[in-house]
Amino acid sequence: MTDTATLDRPAPLGRRIRRFMSDQPLVPLIVLLVILVGVLEFLRPGIVNERWIANTVKFAIPLAMLAACQTMTMLTGGIDLSVSTVATMAAFFMAAQSVALDPVSAGAIALLPALLIGIANGIGVGVFRVHPLIMTLGTSLVGIGCLQVYQRTVIASGARVPDGLTWLGTGLTGGVPNALLLFIPVAAFVILMLRFTGFGRLLYAVGDNERAARLSGVQYWRVILALYVLSALIAGITGLLYLGLIRTPSLSLADPLMLPSVAAAVIGGTSIFGGRGGYAGTIVGALILTVLTTLLRLLQLPEGARLILFGAIVLLVTAAYLRLVDDR
Amino acid sequence: MTTQPLLDASGVAKNYGAVAALRDASLRVRPGEVHALMGANGAGKSTLVKILTGAIRPSAGRILIRGEARPLGSPAAARRAGLVPVYQEPSLIPDLDIADNLRLTGTPVAPFRDWVRALGVPDLDLRDLARDLPLAVLRVLDLARALSLEPDVMLLDEMTAALPANLAERVIEVVRGEVKTGRSVIFISHRFVEIAALCDRATVLRDGETVGVVDIVPGIEERIVEMMLGARVEKTRVAAAARDAQASSGPPRLSVRGLAAGSKLEDVSFELANGEVAGVVALEGQGQDELFAALAGSIRPSRGTIAVDGEPVVFGHPADAIAQGIAYVPGDRTEALLMQRSVRENIALPFSARLRSWGPLAVGRERGLVSAAIERLQIDTRAQREVQRLSGGNQQKVTIARWIAADARTILCFDPTRGIDVRTKREIYRLLRELAAQGKSVLYYTSELEEVQRVCDRAIVVFGGRVVDVLPVEIADEAALTRAAYGLPREAASLPASPSGATP
Repeated sequence: MTDTATLDRPAPLGRRIRRFMSDQPLVPLIVLLVILVGVLEFLRPGIVNERWIANTVKFAIPLAMLAACQTMTMLTGGIDLSVSTVATMAAFFMAAQSVALDPVSAGAIALLPALLIGIANGIGVGVFRVHPLIMTLGTSLVGIGCLQVYQRTVIASGARVPDGLTWLGTGLTGGVPNALLLFIPVAAFVILMLRFTGFGRLLYAVGDNERAARLSGVQYWRVILALYVLSALIAGITGLLYLGLIRTPSLSLADPLMLPSVAAAVIGGTSIFGGRGGYAGTIVGALILTVLTTLLRLLQLPEGARLILFGAIVLLVTAAYLRLVDDR
Repeated sequence: MTTQPLLDASGVAKNYGAVAALRDASLRVRPGEVHALMGANGAGKSTLVKILTGAIRPSAGRILIRGEARPLGSPAAARRAGLVPVYQEPSLIPDLDIADNLRLTGTPVAPFRDWVRALGVPDLDLRDLARDLPLAVLRVLDLARALSLEPDVMLLDEMTAALPANLAERVIEVVRGEVKTGRSVIFISHRFVEIAALCDRATVLRDGETVGVVDIVPGIEERIVEMMLGARVEKTRVAAAARDAQASSGPPRLSVRGLAAGSKLEDVSFELANGEVAGVVALEGQGQDELFAALAGSIRPSRGTIAVDGEPVVFGHPADAIAQGIAYVPGDRTEALLMQRSVRENIALPFSARLRSWGPLAVGRERGLVSAAIERLQIDTRAQREVQRLSGGNQQKVTIARWIAADARTILCFDPTRGIDVRTKREIYRLLRELAAQGKSVLYYTSELEEVQRVCDRAIVVFGGRVVDVLPVEIADEAALTRAAYGLPREAASLPASPSGATP
């Protein structure tokens, strides 16, 4: 009798929660973010204030923007390991060219290597079918090499960070980071592009089942070429913003953002195998990683222990999240 | 029946969950005979072969070799028991040379060389890489390797399919010579000519059961076809016939001339009219896959021409075929669907394919077209957020709905009803007839022959990569199609009219 009674109920609670999570994958991420902020406030009462939030957002933005590149490429089953190099190159060129040129021309020159690397990645992956991991790693190394050569030629002329970039990167207006002026349009563009354009559809389609996409008339190489060019351009623009935030160009400027940008996309629920995910989750993922970094720094652990904890937490969170959301 | 059989399998069954691939198969092979194993698609031939060669384990049954039960738990065990197969696909490792391939499988080199020579390849260099050799030579090498292991029972699966006539003759000679020494050969082939030339007896399977064992004598072909079909020769209602052949004027929608592609499609010509559903009937691997792939723009034909509405075309990518209104629905749903995406995205996928539609989606128009297609195919959309949550039948409907929404003028359906329920099948038949009534055309390959009379206006029969017959729907019943698919002439079929469905 008890058996029939349970059958009458709609579904067990656990199952219902999973269904809900599966339909609203953002909810558990936001809950996790709030919990992390709560822990932070508990450990150091009073730390979470307006200034802290603005600062966190400021540092999360470049990460979230590079993670946009990872999200888009991961949707097709790829990855873009050249984003940090592209960002560094853009920043370095910008700083070097600004000595002599106006910011707009300098910016245009700075984005040129980004464009070239994007085209190379797109052709390599889309036409010659090189694995994205290898292709983007290769162009990344070539890019770094070129940058070292370039550095020698401009070492005498010095570097300058345009005031506009400093304002955008570090400035606050009424307590709100100016960087949002750049980030909100970029984020809106990526989210809307993925959801409401034909190109966005194709990214998911190619990543889910390339053969099926082909049989529907999708030309793989075009999608991939456009994707990697777009990814490189966003990475280049991120480099300019990051220059304004850090204010000292170096050959490894954006390197610390490279692997966290992949982690942010994965934590945000984008499948590395393609076909699943979205940018909204990635943004929360970038915020989670930034808060987590602050939290670990606050514990005043040695660098090694911090890295171990960071890695372990990222793994745990990703595994738990996928279990929670994957309703099958 | 005094001689003890060399191989004696009886009551062999194999279940996959609730599905029985093999119910009650028996196979007795005497020493010194070549024994044909026959059956229509899905009769259980390959399952039985896999069991005999240790690739899968039977759910029930008894297998004796020289009167002894020997373990056949793995391919190696089967080989130790004296059963050696030569499969349809070449089994040498492409990136190793022949000598290394032999070493890898523990094949004695001297007898191997002798066999290769005896089979008509005089100048083989053992240092050649397997990948550099032509397919026909690879098949011969596989056979030579099996022969040099001196097996008691050799299984040859479509051995002669890829061989030119002179090599095929040598193979038949060698096999005949081999059985004189008291060994035996199980021969699987779709070609009656070869079976007549080579085999002594045949075991016929139908629906997973052995339905008869016959001696190969002249004229036995008809009897074998009858046994393969069994009592299923009941008439299916001819669905088409309503179409007026004269109705369509102007050039044919699709005109194929001398098409060849890959290693299997040799020379196929036919026309597909507007408003017609043309059936394609063929046994496994007769070139039908290549035919559909070439028409869909997935592979490039090596010879021949395709014309659409009278204009010659060359397809370099499926997009080119789609631009001409030709859509392909593959038999394997996992090839056509984005399993993690929604029903709507799956159906709307072709809309976004072209460069000019990469911009913002025309949401309203898309929703209209998609819901119209969903409605028309009655797709159950309760689980529409991910296509992988749909039932097989509903998934198949989505693959077709995509092209209804895209308003394709010609649909190439490759076995679209495989593995789906009867109701969905009926719905698909009806839909295809409706499309034809609207002037669209459909090319319909099916492995279930009775579907031809339900759906098609005529049947194009392909055998050995060529069109061997075109049957009007009125006479394209299962028996006629089976005969034609095995390459038997139509006249012989109509002479011994014995539709009694005699049981052996």
